[in-house]
Amino acid sequence: MSALDTRSLVVVAAGVSEPSSTRLLADRLAAAVDRHLRDAGIQPRIETIEVRPLAHDLASHVLAGFAPPALQTALDAVQAADGVVAVTPIFSASYSGLFKLFFDLVDRDAFDGKPVLLAATGGTARHSLAIEHAMRPLFAYLKADSMPTGVFAATQDWGTGAVAMEGGLIGRIDRAAKQLAVAMAARPTSAPVDPFADPVPFTDLLPRSS
Amino acid sequence: MADKKDGLGPSTGRNDMQFGVFTVGDVTRDPVSGETVSEETRIQTMVAVALKAEEVGLDVFATGEHHNVPFVPSSPTTMLGYIAAKTERLQLSTATTLITTNDPVKIAEDYAMLQHLAGGRVDLMMGRGNMGPVYPWFGQDIRNAVPLAVENYDLLRRLWREDVVDWQGTFRTPLNGFTATPRPLDGVPPFVWHGSIRTPEIAEQAAYYGDGFFHNNIFWPKEHVQRMVELYRRRFEHYGHGPANTAIVGLGGHVFMRKNSQDAIREFRPYFDHAPVYGGSMSLEDYMEMTPMTIGSPQQVIDRTLGFREFVGDYQRQLFIADHAGLPLPIVLEQMEILADEVLPVLRREFEARRAPGVPSDPPLHPRVLAARGEAPATMAEPAGAHA
Repeated sequence: MSALDTRSLVVVAAGVSEPSSTRLLADRLAAAVDRHLRDAGIQPRIETIEVRPLAHDLASHVLAGFAPPALQTALDAVQAADGVVAVTPIFSASYSGLFKLFFDLVDRDAFDGKPVLLAATGGTARHSLAIEHAMRPLFAYLKADSMPTGVFAATQDWGTGAVAMEGGLIGRIDRAAKQLAVAMAARPTSAPVDPFADPVPFTDLLPRSS
Repeated sequence: MADKKDGLGPSTGRNDMQFGVFTVGDVTRDPVSGETVSEETRIQTMVAVALKAEEVGLDVFATGEHHNVPFVPSSPTTMLGYIAAKTERLQLSTATTLITTNDPVKIAEDYAMLQHLAGGRVDLMMGRGNMGPVYPWFGQDIRNAVPLAVENYDLLRRLWREDVVDWQGTFRTPLNGFTATPRPLDGVPPFVWHGSIRTPEIAEQAAYYGDGFFHNNIFWPKEHVQRMVELYRRRFEHYGHGPANTAIVGLGGHVFMRKNSQDAIREFRPYFDHAPVYGGSMSLEDYMEMTPMTIGSPQQVIDRTLGFREFVGDYQRQLFIADHAGLPLPIVLEQMEILADEVLPVLRREFEARRAPGVPSDPPLHPRVLAARGEAPATMAEPAGAHA
């Protein structure tokens, strides 16, 4: 890898309380991905998007059909990212409504082949499979390249005992972050196609048939 | 017409920029009175708006086309033909004609017929329609919206330009030895605009043929408008129709006026808050900041509208949405008077004063329309390549 190699990581954190354990987990994941990218000789550019301040903009976008400026900036950042960490609290056995709304509004092809790390927080470990039965199908629909390791943090996991255990939260964060860093390093960084800068020529739109 | 060019820049041999109104024909409950008008009343309201447009000196009336409630205008040429008989000068147009779900053969014949009845005062704006079920109701698939718009329009052009057409395509039965009737008035097909909010293929299509491009410019931030018009202009030049700044651009606009801007906001707010498109999405104030909508004094409307040319360049047609969201007819007609009396004289003068040399002031109209206005006919653009 050349020393000039860079990758952009966008972390989307959909916690609703302030401070939130969702943001706590998001920051730990971001730091771990940062470390693994640097170890691979890649300069990371990391941006964290909190969904909570965008909540009203999300509703406005759904109803008005366009994104207010702050939301548009966030959606553009996700679209342009080389990799994404998506972190949601688990509500009623699934991702939160705000989290879904955000990903409902990203461009249809924004996630095509994009490496994504799935992570979630919840009160108890009984919610941990929500990553597999709720988040993973959503990102499969978006055609994302979801990392095999999802990271679930229950309240109990923030206690020292769980951290120290083999397979505990710190270990899972490290394993998932390494998977994401490897996938991001392996995929060439590419600017999103701009159909306005480079339109499909009309002769390709109209096959001459007569 | 208002002031002529007063020697500002070289004469293009054309009229001044065109101003008018367009209607979508929604039947919406008036949130202030609580009343919902009948279909008959709504249709007569649309006609009243058109007649008012001619009376106060607006240039254009354009009707929408819809095939789903709560919209009434399913048959635009029936309405425009009726209006043509009651007017002398008004240019009749559409906003938009559904090029996806209508048979292009029927469009060719309906609008050529209208040309003959209206003395050439006809142009059209092509649109795809955004109501999903309308496609299957008319035997089409919304996933083919862009290919339908492309194929159908190409056939429509040929039907107006070639006396005998042999044609085969994907979406309709082939034609052998077909002549669309009547032929376009004086052999000059109606001028066509292509309308689209954010589909680059439609800007490309308009540019390829050297047709006009219209952005509705309401309900959206100006960035959407800007990038579509920029693409259209760049490709217009690419296809050899002339410099990018001479491409033919039209914009919509969304205004409500009172002498005191706070009065305008207070009176319009219930209509904004309950409107079908944006009702409940955000505050009127935020919406005005994020989109070109202007609710305020006539001077604010003048300033904002003149500002449009800063993000799309000099353009040729400005239409304002007139009757919608349940606004009662007397208020709509009063708004049109304010527009004609207090806003348009300034806009007509200032747009021409700012217009770059060599940029046409208006779209290419039918020669008879120009002759009636004492102007020499302009040459209509021809498409790129051999497919003239």
